[in-house]
Amino acid sequence: MFNLFVLQLLNGAQFGILLFLVAAGLTLVFGIMDFINLAHGVLYMVGAYLMAMLSALTGSFWGGLLLALPATLVFGLVLEFLVFRRLYDRSHLDQVLATFGLVMILSEGVKIIWGAAPLSVSMPDVLSGSIPLLGPLRYPVYRLAVIAAGLASAVGLWALINHTRAGMLLRAGASNRAMVSALGVDISRLFMLVFAFGAMLAGFAGAIVAPILSVDPGMGESILILTFVVIVIGGVGSIRGAFLAALLVGVVDTVGRTFGPILLRMVMEPAAAAQLGRTLAPMLVYLLMAAVLFYSPTGLFGRKAAR
Amino acid sequence: MTRNLTLAAALMLTAAAPALAQDTTLKIGVLVTLSGPPAVLGEHARDGALLAVEELGMVGGLKTEVFVVDAEGKPDVAAQKARELVERDDVDFVVGPIFSNVLNAIAGPITEEAFLVSPNAGPSSFAGEGCNPNLFVVSYQNDQMPTVLAEQMNKDGVGSAFILAPNYQAGKDSLNGFKTVFKGDVASELYVPLGQLDYSAELAQIAAMQPEAVYAFLPGGMGVNFVKQYEQAGLKTIPLLTAFTVDETTLPAEQDAAVGMLSGTNWAPDLDNAANTAFVSSFEAAYGYVPALYAAGGYDAIKLIDSAVKATGGDLADKDALRSALMAADFTSVRGKFSFSANHFPVQDFYLAKAIKREDGKYATSIVETVFSNYADAYVDQCKM
Amino acid sequence: MNLRPRLIAALAIFVGMALVPPVAAALGDPFLTVIASRMLVFAIAALSLDLILGYGAMVSFGHAAYVGVGAYAVAIGARFGVTDLLAQMALGALMSAAFALVTGAISLRTRGVYFIMITLAFAQMAFFFFVSQSSLGGDDGVALTARSTLLSTDVLESDIAFFYTILAVLVLCYGGLYRLTNARFGRVLTGTRENPLRMQAIGYRPFPYQLTAYVIAACIASVAGVLLANQTEYVSPAYMAWSRSGELIVMLVLGGIGTLTGAMAGALITVGLEHTFAAWSEHWRLGFGLLLVLVVLFSPDGITGLLKRLGVGPRHD
Repeated sequence: MFNLFVLQLLNGAQFGILLFLVAAGLTLVFGIMDFINLAHGVLYMVGAYLMAMLSALTGSFWGGLLLALPATLVFGLVLEFLVFRRLYDRSHLDQVLATFGLVMILSEGVKIIWGAAPLSVSMPDVLSGSIPLLGPLRYPVYRLAVIAAGLASAVGLWALINHTRAGMLLRAGASNRAMVSALGVDISRLFMLVFAFGAMLAGFAGAIVAPILSVDPGMGESILILTFVVIVIGGVGSIRGAFLAALLVGVVDTVGRTFGPILLRMVMEPAAAAQLGRTLAPMLVYLLMAAVLFYSPTGLFGRKAAR
Repeated sequence: MTRNLTLAAALMLTAAAPALAQDTTLKIGVLVTLSGPPAVLGEHARDGALLAVEELGMVGGLKTEVFVVDAEGKPDVAAQKARELVERDDVDFVVGPIFSNVLNAIAGPITEEAFLVSPNAGPSSFAGEGCNPNLFVVSYQNDQMPTVLAEQMNKDGVGSAFILAPNYQAGKDSLNGFKTVFKGDVASELYVPLGQLDYSAELAQIAAMQPEAVYAFLPGGMGVNFVKQYEQAGLKTIPLLTAFTVDETTLPAEQDAAVGMLSGTNWAPDLDNAANTAFVSSFEAAYGYVPALYAAGGYDAIKLIDSAVKATGGDLADKDALRSALMAADFTSVRGKFSFSANHFPVQDFYLAKAIKREDGKYATSIVETVFSNYADAYVDQCKM
Repeated sequence: MNLRPRLIAALAIFVGMALVPPVAAALGDPFLTVIASRMLVFAIAALSLDLILGYGAMVSFGHAAYVGVGAYAVAIGARFGVTDLLAQMALGALMSAAFALVTGAISLRTRGVYFIMITLAFAQMAFFFFVSQSSLGGDDGVALTARSTLLSTDVLESDIAFFYTILAVLVLCYGGLYRLTNARFGRVLTGTRENPLRMQAIGYRPFPYQLTAYVIAACIASVAGVLLANQTEYVSPAYMAWSRSGELIVMLVLGGIGTLTGAMAGALITVGLEHTFAAWSEHWRLGFGLLLVLVVLFSPDGITGLLKRLGVGPRHD
């Protein structure tokens, strides 16, 4: 039982890390530009598709990854130039409507270009296989690599925000946009960079998840809502909050799914426990969010003056 | 897509040609899921049906008009579109759907006025007391496929099995069907949310439990993820037997991770009969991919309709005559032997199949052995029609 | 501000829709009536959302949950022998009111995007609750054997009678909401939207007003749900999926928020366009998405704003 728990903790952490990579870009865009981007999940999907295409073209995982990153960055820049920069000053509802439209366009576009059948990306040999871990249990090397890559990105992001000039402007922009603009900083260029960078992080998440999950046109939608849950629990605009919330959501979801029914079985008969477990498991994350917002209406690390 | 359009254009040309003797037009709706993650299953069925229409030219000897409609995998949307097909487009037959939950929603509106021919879904709810005179299922009854695997496990002397399926009607049918035949212990029975992508939590449980075999029913993209992650978790030492999880819709993405895995089926591309060989080669030539059993189901559905309309001499108004002609199943199925039980579900052979990589580099399933011969479903006695 | 032109526009919508069944019969395409029924059902849902989103500035991303609860009221009612439409509406409204009272009270503690997300969370909980109810068909939902009865008659089995029933409900909802939003209640609500501090300063505590509006909106949405279940003769958890809540918001924004007429027009246009686009091509979402983006980029007040600028829409200033 303990072994299983450790394994599920690892699984939860891996899922959380992935959520963090997607959420980091979204929380920045949200916090700094006050922009609701429903199309962020689609960027994750585009990353995965570009990875599938480019790794097939180059014939190697690493080649694909190396090309997919700048490709998603460019894709983000193009989207920003065509659509998003016209929406910064608009109401949240206009942003919701336009990005909802973008979700439809991109999901359908991906289907037209690559077809509806799931695609796959093969794993590099170095990272395939699994390593022994606690008795008979094994853990896939690739998932460990995902955790490592995610943690490295988180540290990099932390350093970027806290120890560089661009990061300083970001932090300033997040707390007082008008002031930064008044100090002569080119705010529109800053926005463009933040947006493209966020797109690249989401694309990176999509690219590294491609060998584990199938690449299909529905993958952006399924992660979008969870990403929103993460940034709201963490507090909009807070990278630190997003990181903790992502891990929390990943672990609660994964561990709850396995151990919820086991715990319930201790207090009620098995059939009823199984039924209740099936009811509660998918709700856990949302219960968590409602509870957090009940006690702290702006999330764990949200600014009290948040809009 | 272009292929579709040319076909549509060709159909319009036939419709426009005034010289044709017959005035009646045979209208066929194809209502399958063409969007969302499981869209590929619907595309197989659609392409199989369209291939048959194209080969026949005039289905049942009549001018033929085909309406391809996306069920979107949403029962409520499909119900609305089903009504549109029968009430507005006035179709005589509908081929569809892929998913059992969609069948539950569309069977009512369609069978009031037309015949519904299912190329895939065959839920128990329509096989027993709920059987329907105007519904014909050319595929199989949902419970049958898992019993093939259960029987195989019995043969191999498997003592304990871990079984899992998505939490919806077909998933429940699948696990229940498995349990009626399997003689060993069910170590654990797990339902996952429909459309789940990451199976790490379930795989950890399998690893911790170390059953002798695993049975999974995870169609479409779910299967791709499960099979890949199963291999990555180093679990390939535990045999994984599946239904609708390793087939030609998922193999292009599963690739080597699935090669060697066993599945239960009523058809495979290399099933040895003349009709099938011709079907598979013209399908691959037309669409450039290997057909799965959904494509075979769509193809057979049109061939069945063709045989029935021909038998009645093109009289679409005489529903009773059409029904008996459908029941006779006087067509050459790509599955060889084929007939209907009293509940309008098929009697056919079931096989154990294995995933292989063909010489041309494409992946496909291949028949290993026959598990059941002339296998009818368990509900037929409850059907009073 | 003169409100009369908007009333006239609303009246034009009602009269225009009332003409659909005879026109459909004349065109030999009775199915138009079925599509129009669906438009009207969503118009009711959009009206209810407009009360909280347009007038109250409470952006609920979970409004489809109440539509779904109404639909399940039909399935649950039918199971216990309650087949009357009005009784089912009462049941749906009661269930929705209870759910809205609890979740609304919690949600209103939050503001802005947090409100959006907490309403989403509660809707997702309702969604997963019904998904797990295997007696109600779980994920699959349940097919209804027949439409609801109306005053012990099965008059609703006729598509045309059913259509006019929905239209009557829509007119009633519109009338009720029109009076409500122009009464003191509505002015407090819009006042809070414009400037909550000032409202508090002049002695209004916004919370009871907002919560009441939230509950009323939920009840009306559930009435739409009862009608939707009857229209499709199917009840499914898919009715409360988050994307359905998103579609309701799209309808409002497309029609122009904060005007009841705009909400109705938005729903009619959205459902109508979906149907038209879907008839054209399998890839209709591409075109529809493009349209949404273009509307936002080039017409800030939705389609009503566009019409206004072209000089054909209701002029109210």
